[in-house]
Amino acid sequence: MKIIQAIAQYCMNCRLCEINCMVAHSSSRDIITAFRAERERLTSRVTVEQSGPRTFPVQCRFCQDAPCAVACMTGAITQDPATGWVAHDPDKCVGCWMCVMVCPNGAMARDVGGHVTSKCDLCAALDQPACVAGCPNGALVLAERDEVENA
Amino acid sequence: MAPRLVQPEFSVQRDGERCIACGVCVRQCANQVHSYHPEYEEVRAAAERCVGCHRCAWLCPTGALSIIHTPPTYRHGGHWSSEAISNVYKQADSGGVLLGAMGNSQPVPVYWDHLLLNASQVTNPSIDPLREPMELKTFLGRKPDQVELEMSGPEPSLATTLAPQLELSMPIMFSAMSYGAISYPACKSLAMAARELGTLANSGEGGLHPDFWDFGPSMIVQVASGRFGVTPDYLGAAAAVEIKIGQGAKPGIGGHLPGEKVDDSVSRTRMIPVGSDALSPAPHHDIYSIEDLRQLIYSLKEAVRYRKPISVKIAAVHNVAAIASGIVRAGADIVAIDGYKGGTGAAPAMIRDNVGIPIEFALAAVDDRLRSEGIRNLASVVACGGFRCSADVVKALALGADAVYIGTAALIALGCHMCQQCFTGKCNWGIATQDPYLTRRLNPEIGAQRLYNLLSGWAHEIKEMMGGMGINAVESLRGNRHHLRAWGLSDRELKILGISAVGE
Repeated sequence: MKIIQAIAQYCMNCRLCEINCMVAHSSSRDIITAFRAERERLTSRVTVEQSGPRTFPVQCRFCQDAPCAVACMTGAITQDPATGWVAHDPDKCVGCWMCVMVCPNGAMARDVGGHVTSKCDLCAALDQPACVAGCPNGALVLAERDEVENA
Repeated sequence: MAPRLVQPEFSVQRDGERCIACGVCVRQCANQVHSYHPEYEEVRAAAERCVGCHRCAWLCPTGALSIIHTPPTYRHGGHWSSEAISNVYKQADSGGVLLGAMGNSQPVPVYWDHLLLNASQVTNPSIDPLREPMELKTFLGRKPDQVELEMSGPEPSLATTLAPQLELSMPIMFSAMSYGAISYPACKSLAMAARELGTLANSGEGGLHPDFWDFGPSMIVQVASGRFGVTPDYLGAAAAVEIKIGQGAKPGIGGHLPGEKVDDSVSRTRMIPVGSDALSPAPHHDIYSIEDLRQLIYSLKEAVRYRKPISVKIAAVHNVAAIASGIVRAGADIVAIDGYKGGTGAAPAMIRDNVGIPIEFALAAVDDRLRSEGIRNLASVVACGGFRCSADVVKALALGADAVYIGTAALIALGCHMCQQCFTGKCNWGIATQDPYLTRRLNPEIGAQRLYNLLSGWAHEIKEMMGGMGINAVESLRGNRHHLRAWGLSDRELKILGISAVGE
């Protein structure tokens, strides 16, 4: 399957990925409405980490044998063994944050408003993830997982 | 802070109905114009710091920002323009030299815009470049006085030994911009694009970063008065070597890369200590005559085993034709002439705006002089200094250039917005800076593609214009001033340019 590859050296800390992620997962899908009316309910599933001048975006890497799916006690997070897809069902999530604890990438976001975790779903409803489409510097690209892991 | 007499040049207008306080502008402005105030959940602007680079407006996801140029509204004084008054305030504040960057910023005449190109009608056929071959291939270097062929074999062959030539896919190269003045990704974008396009980039005088040695066959390397990074391997890595005597933006003065820009990587490339100012002296201390120049040219020819052409770059100044003649006689294979609209990373504004002459006149004068002396074939002439579009290039070729260098246009393709603040080292577009937070903003893959697109577009346009004139090779366009007419110029200017007025 294709996952999002972060090319750290081109991340420039604009954080448009975070903004586009929130808008793509808002109910209005309109940036101004989303930030005005839904701001408290919006959690970005991608986070730009910063250390000095270096920044890079982190979101779900769809690990093989995903630790979050193993750790999830309610079955909210499941992994399709055939494709590697890691799904998250917020209706089953109880907000125990175990997935947050075990995620090796720090990619699980705490949706404080709904007291559930939220994770990257690769914007399944869109042509391509909003963060990838909106990155102005090519720092986020879609790539086959094998290529990313071997890179 | 006490109020200053210098007024802000820009107004930062934020549309409150659109701003979502996302902070993109705050994170992107190296001049710290924007700041977020959590207690009010609003972003504010300190317009006096704005340089008008438009980075924030470009990235604002809601289009809430407009940067408006608001020059001071002093009472109009004719002779005393707002800029002249502001400059006095600035110097009365600082006691320093007014710095400028990029090219001449004054509203001086653009002679290219006074020249018009010809096209074929009825009596001579135009050529459709989509149907007929159209040759932009250009060879730079010394050409023999005559060519002798060896006819005894089954195929004719060339009996004359040719001097080394540079083969370009089109008569456009990227001009010298050094690593230090511009960032690593900017240098890499230029080198990648040059290789892909089949043309050449120029290292400038800052040496060649080890990562770029692979691009050597697509690079010209410079030897300038500071001799930064010059080693036998450096000379050997490139397609050609250029001796930089002068630069159009600042004829007669040297260069100064501030120590803040000399980080570890620039230090190793330039072979100077980290943090030390990189000072290029105004003259080459071993060149005080044409004879001295000849010594350096032949030293370099020896160093490259006579396998590579040697170029000499000068700024266009008053006696440019005589100087160019001397340079050709000194043995240069290429003479590059940089007009007074050429760019720079930093120059005293007074020199940038007042020293030198326009490339149009310099080029015409040099081409005339070399022809009249019968030595035009001994060197190729490269024109540079403010080429904005393919029509400028075609006009330069018709005036007598073998090829042109573009610098500013290339940087604009990379995102430069001509704020002319390169000397601050805070380029928000990641081009004229060494700040690791800022250089990340230029992805060389994207940059190289944009440069490739720009020159591909220009090449198409040049072919169309040549076809319209009924010319199918740049060889036939070079120095073909019959295809130029001028309007709005004096008889004296027409005479120097060697072209007729419109209607003649």
